[in-house]
Amino acid sequence: MSEYALEVKNLSMHYDTLDGNVDAVKNISFNVKSGESFGLVGESGCGKTSVAMTLLQLQPENSVITDGSIKVDGKELIGLSENELRKIRWDSISIVFQGAMNAWNPVIKIGEQIREAMREHNPESSKKDNIEKINELFRMVGLDESISERFPHELSGGMKQRAVIALALSCDPKIIIADEPTTALDVVIQDQILNEIKKVQELLGLSLIYISHDIAVIAEMTDKIAVMYAGSIVEIGPTKSVFESPKHSYTRALLDSTPSIHGEKKKLSSLDGEPPSLINEINGCSFSPRCPSPTSGCRDQTVEMGLVQVGEDHFADKCCSECV
Amino acid sequence: MENQELENGLKAKFKKNWRLFKQSKLGMTGLTIVIFFGFLAILQPLLFLTNIWDEGTYHPVVGYDSEQISRTVVECPDEYPTEKYNTKEDCPRVDEVNIRYLKAFGIDAEVGDSYFSNVQPAPPSSRHLLGTDSLGRDIFSQLMEGSQVAFLLGLISAIIGVGISTLLGTAAAFYGGKLDTYLMRQSDLVLMLPSLPFLFIISAFAELKVWHLAVVLGTLGGLGGSVITIKSQALQVKVKPFVDSARITGGSKRRIMFSHILPNVAPLALLYMVFSVTGAIASESVLSFLGLLNIDMSWGIMIYLSQTEGFIFTGLKYWWLIIPAGLAVTLLAGGFYLVGRGLDDVFNPRLRRR
Amino acid sequence: MADNILEVQNLTKHFEVSNSVFSRNKKIVKAVDGISFDIKAGETLGLVGQSGCGKTTTARSLCLLDPKTSGIVNFYNPTTKSMESIDSISEDGMRIFRRNMQMIFQDPYESLNPRWTIKDIIKEPLDIHNIGSFSEREEAVVEILRTVGLTPPENYLARYPHEISGGQRQRVSIARALVMKPKFVVCDEPTSMLDVSIRISIMDLMINLAKNLDVSYLYITHDLAVARYMCDRIAVMYNGKIVELANTEELLKNPIHPYTKRLISSIPVPDPTYKREVYELTQNDLDNVYNLSDNKEDLFDTGNNHYVATHKIEGLL
Repeated sequence: MSEYALEVKNLSMHYDTLDGNVDAVKNISFNVKSGESFGLVGESGCGKTSVAMTLLQLQPENSVITDGSIKVDGKELIGLSENELRKIRWDSISIVFQGAMNAWNPVIKIGEQIREAMREHNPESSKKDNIEKINELFRMVGLDESISERFPHELSGGMKQRAVIALALSCDPKIIIADEPTTALDVVIQDQILNEIKKVQELLGLSLIYISHDIAVIAEMTDKIAVMYAGSIVEIGPTKSVFESPKHSYTRALLDSTPSIHGEKKKLSSLDGEPPSLINEINGCSFSPRCPSPTSGCRDQTVEMGLVQVGEDHFADKCCSECV
Repeated sequence: MENQELENGLKAKFKKNWRLFKQSKLGMTGLTIVIFFGFLAILQPLLFLTNIWDEGTYHPVVGYDSEQISRTVVECPDEYPTEKYNTKEDCPRVDEVNIRYLKAFGIDAEVGDSYFSNVQPAPPSSRHLLGTDSLGRDIFSQLMEGSQVAFLLGLISAIIGVGISTLLGTAAAFYGGKLDTYLMRQSDLVLMLPSLPFLFIISAFAELKVWHLAVVLGTLGGLGGSVITIKSQALQVKVKPFVDSARITGGSKRRIMFSHILPNVAPLALLYMVFSVTGAIASESVLSFLGLLNIDMSWGIMIYLSQTEGFIFTGLKYWWLIIPAGLAVTLLAGGFYLVGRGLDDVFNPRLRRR
Repeated sequence: MADNILEVQNLTKHFEVSNSVFSRNKKIVKAVDGISFDIKAGETLGLVGQSGCGKTTTARSLCLLDPKTSGIVNFYNPTTKSMESIDSISEDGMRIFRRNMQMIFQDPYESLNPRWTIKDIIKEPLDIHNIGSFSEREEAVVEILRTVGLTPPENYLARYPHEISGGQRQRVSIARALVMKPKFVVCDEPTSMLDVSIRISIMDLMINLAKNLDVSYLYITHDLAVARYMCDRIAVMYNGKIVELANTEELLKNPIHPYTKRLISSIPVPDPTYKREVYELTQNDLDNVYNLSDNKEDLFDTGNNHYVATHKIEGLL
């Protein structure tokens, strides 16, 4: 029995493309305890979805894992056969995708699709048991039992998303990955769904890995976060600590560029340019071209990279931690 | 660090598309074939211009060359096998001629005489790489001539066809209403039409030369199913925000149709163009084979001649009269099709593997 | 006292949806069901609502992309210096209207013609309206590129949209919208598809341009926080109608309509220590608002430039 529900160490992955190797994930390490809620924050192209896919070993064909280990409850995932992986997916670790509401088969009823997943992982379970379980899950996420007998097109976006969460929970996983589960949803519905997720997590003692670019949602949903930029983690620590005293320039830029409806109207700042191409090898700090206050070491890209401790359980890239 | 490699405009876009095209084995095979035949098409006039070839001998239509050989006159027996010959086909041998055959033409001869005749058609030799036909004309030269005809026909009809279908498809999408309904019904009608019988009928009314055939094929193709596909593509472009932007700014309907929608429909149209060349080449060979066209020389004509002169049923004995032309039609038509498939990979990113 | 640039009264837009191919019954979807508002010169009005509330349909109707079903839209004609109705507009009037009203779209990838160069894209409005000589148009393009922060302009003129980033593309859209110095620009969620860290720079650009060029914006968004940053006044839309309209800070501090209250309280706050309480809607609250006025057509003026809708709303509880 491991102390952690999920342990990721030195994970590195790249995509093999026509134009060269795209280093999508560079040396990522983090741990998630049982029952803990972990957030992965970053903008487009930072690699967070690649990490999510790799955690489930669902990466696309042209991706290559070059280093690292992923341990779910102490068991190593990398290198397992497809059969073994299939047992672990949905059983120990499941996922709520972005746009998952559109992942339903339009010609099969919702309940039947969930039962299909359950049968796949638990072939001996009886139909009656499965139906009962689904009803219980629906209750947990705020759906009526009758939804089982409906087709996907009969449900609203919010209902479909709730059903997706029920699907993700159907095989009693210990870890759920949620990759931007509430984009394209009404703010009011989003709030309700986030509440459902939190409620379910507490009730079942699940670990949650929440992936998003929305700082506000991450602030409310997570205990611990990692900020990703250009494939690497630039800052990682308890949510409160990172928000209170962000040590990396990028984290600070993210926080400074998020408008809020509460409190005084503050002056916001913005970043220029865009994230670097992941095809070329990047020397030194990948954020330095856009950093509002780079030092000479950053600019010349001669600075040594790596996470250093900047607070209790709080780490940031060596480069930025020094020019605070 | 600036933005990632900012390429410059069309040149880089072309290079990227070329790289994608190179990835496609089908496309590259097709392109090789097309280039090969293109080379053949250009080679002939070059050979004449540089006087490497003498027109009198090598011209595909009016050239003439023949070898004189001497053959011994024999009398073929009535019953087989005999000492000299095993079966009926063995008499006369290649270096012999049957006296009955000569007598039938009113030629006086005796068994044992030497009879001089022209070898027509002549098998391939160092002077004529693919031999000559029954009129003493160089087959290789005819092949090259046929290549010119095929390219001309294919490209002209494709351009006409694509021009028509693009214009009509885009207009149908853009103006909608009655024009759209009419054009769609017209397309349905043309699709229903069996094209070859229709071409037979047309060739009965008019003497079709290469140019005429190109126009007919192009128009038929242009009014057919491709209008529908282009229309659907144009519809997709029509609802894009940049078209809205042009409308809001006050752009005229003509401007929007020609400057905004058409250029975005063009890649698909190009694809169709390549595919329609295949059909054009094949159609020509069929029509020529049936003797319906008024063309001096083409691959179809070559096969037509070998059929009307009875050589087609001699099996492989006179292979150079049939196989080069037939192979050429198949290869070039297929080649253009493969190029189209390669282009499909380039223009249809969903089909790409990476 | 600034003048009105735009006056909208009871704008409606209905769509006919047939139930099936064979059915003759046509269902009418009231995408925009009678909204009214004014926009003053130099002002930014925010139109906030969730997807499906009718805000994009409103934008498209105002720009005459999809003609409205009914209602009055008066636009300020700078030549005659008076408000003119869109319905009775002459051909000349239409040209002036088009010159003074532009739109910026949400999707940076689909709002620029991929086959045109940046220069041609920005120059098109000038070409369509025949403004200035050939060389003057080129100069105007260079000038506006500089203004929107795409410098040096020469680097961008010959480029194609696929060669520049999303943020840069939006700047091109802004440049194109403003090259004719229009009086009014409709902005349909221009930053929602951009990275969070660059949104502010685009919004700051738009705010600066509004000040310098005296442009009014109708800023459409689903994000109240963004609306707060950009807008002087905010109108909240629900189900095709405006439910509340007030100055920005006033709306956020003292929301009156229950829907607005619930909307505001549902927005996550980027502060892990903030205890957010979601406003629970009750029928009582709704009734209190309904009873504010008998006139269900117009918005009720609660004073302080703060208006509330008093019509009955379905589907909130």
